[in-house]
Amino acid sequence: MSEFTTPEVIRTEGLVKRFGAVTALNGVSLYLRQGEVLGLVGDNGAGKSTLIKILTGFLQPDEGRIFIDGTEVRLHSVSHARSLGIETVYQDLALINELSVYHNMFLKRESLLKPFPLLDNRRMRRLAREYLESMGVNIPSVDIEVARLSGGQRQSIAIARAVYSQARILLLDEPLAAMGAKEGSLIMNLIRTLKNEGQVSIIMIAHNYAQVLEICDRVNLLQHGRIVLDKPAAQTSVEELTELVMREYRAGVNQRRQPAAG
Amino acid sequence: MAENVLVAPPMEEEPEPTPERPSPWLRLARLFLRQREASIVVVAIALIIYFQLSKPAFLSAQNIRTLSQFVAATAIISAGEVMLLICGEIDLSVGQVYALAPFIMYFAKQEAGLPLIVGLILGLIVCALVGLFNGLITVALRVPSFITTLGTLFLINGLTLTISQGFPVLTPSEGLVDEVLGHASYSEIIWAIAIAIVMQIVLSWTRWGLHTIATGGNLLGASEVGVNVARIKIGNFMLCSVLGGFAGTLEAFRITSIDPQAGGTDIMFLAVAGAVIGGTALTGGLGTIIGAFLGTLVLSILRDGFTLLGVSAFTFDIILGAAILVAMILNVRLRLWREAGRE
Repeated sequence: MSEFTTPEVIRTEGLVKRFGAVTALNGVSLYLRQGEVLGLVGDNGAGKSTLIKILTGFLQPDEGRIFIDGTEVRLHSVSHARSLGIETVYQDLALINELSVYHNMFLKRESLLKPFPLLDNRRMRRLAREYLESMGVNIPSVDIEVARLSGGQRQSIAIARAVYSQARILLLDEPLAAMGAKEGSLIMNLIRTLKNEGQVSIIMIAHNYAQVLEICDRVNLLQHGRIVLDKPAAQTSVEELTELVMREYRAGVNQRRQPAAG
Repeated sequence: MAENVLVAPPMEEEPEPTPERPSPWLRLARLFLRQREASIVVVAIALIIYFQLSKPAFLSAQNIRTLSQFVAATAIISAGEVMLLICGEIDLSVGQVYALAPFIMYFAKQEAGLPLIVGLILGLIVCALVGLFNGLITVALRVPSFITTLGTLFLINGLTLTISQGFPVLTPSEGLVDEVLGHASYSEIIWAIAIAIVMQIVLSWTRWGLHTIATGGNLLGASEVGVNVARIKIGNFMLCSVLGGFAGTLEAFRITSIDPQAGGTDIMFLAVAGAVIGGTALTGGLGTIIGAFLGTLVLSILRDGFTLLGVSAFTFDIILGAAILVAMILNVRLRLWREAGRE
């Protein structure tokens, strides 16, 4: 399945973001279709994180427009973006090591034993277990503290939590970073599960091109704050992406050398 | 909607290690030892046995009452400190509101002619304001709470000395009220136990408790999820101060005098030490009220037991200090052993 014809859930037009003299984004236009997994690749400093921070409402663009479901919006805060169904899983994961898996899953949306202000742990435990099972997330028990989980399991919990909060658009900031092959495949499987369900649409930042091409429907390459490549994953290759990034890198090196030579 | 999604293809599964099935008693013992408070219970029982063997008067009705008085006020304060320590803060000034609150009550009764209960409530409101002050300075102005409350420690102490002119006064009496609020033999320890139970429920079974742990465990993470960490911290500062003031008031009723020098850093450090011995981490995120209660109990057993043994006041602090260290080392060792057993 290469060409998606589902409606667009996100579209940006000409996003510009400057930090003083540095232009982090220089007119980024991208789109994401319902149920699609878009891989966002690019060298360090290409603007990937800035783009994610704008889409999650943490930063506001200097120029450009954002459309959610075809309607123009100004994402003025993280909670605003969240209310529109945009959830972000950052690299630091925002999990509480000292709390159990199910308390982490339900943090800030706890079930209570109405009319008492007491936590309905039994219900949260059950829902968390059912949900994680349905997602194929394999952990020893939802009762254990997050501190006892591996990196891949923690990442799975963070993603599951984001999706469980009825996210429609999921932004994943390097979900596969610093993970071994086995851990990585755990996350790949989870993303695949989400993809098969088709409920959420995903933008995922990643460095490993092979993994990106394996899991994503489409790839965008970001360079110097612009999208320079937008292709279905099936129509590009690790070689092409590497070549583009390296060419740009060499151009940058040459550019810096020239004034010194002349 | 998210609950009834399709089942994903099963992932590659690791074979579960089959747990061996030891006898039920051994399992019960293990279950107990894996509780965070287990090690401190062991320490407390060992101490009780030691003192009872050395001095049979240790478990007499008379001494148990004395012991309960040692424990009560400190345990109430340690409950407040645990909440603060868990969310990553500390209150050094709690021993000073301990002395201030009964004076407020005294003046409300003697000068304004208000009922004792109203005076008590006024005293606690003042404590809450001190806590609010501590919290706002710490959270809004980003002064570390160690420094903030060191400041209020001196500030409140000076305030209490000023309004009392440095002299103790007799605790006003109002029949049943002072009996219930600390004067009757076991009323103080009953309050302490009730408060410990309520606070443990707040910590383990309410949103407030969960968010307190989250705030101390991962401040940035908790706020990213949407926990109002400022509110949690300020609220716990207020709670700790109010509990400190309440403990001071109970103690004033028990000893029937209000001393501007009561409490102070002694009781605050005992409360913090009790909390830490009971398993609360100074780094935040970890701790239980029950553990702090037991930690305070251990400290009180030490103090009371050595007094019974007739240890001189000079050597007493040496032994107490060493005993705190031994108790802590034992506790840490037992915890490590317990955690190793969990893998």
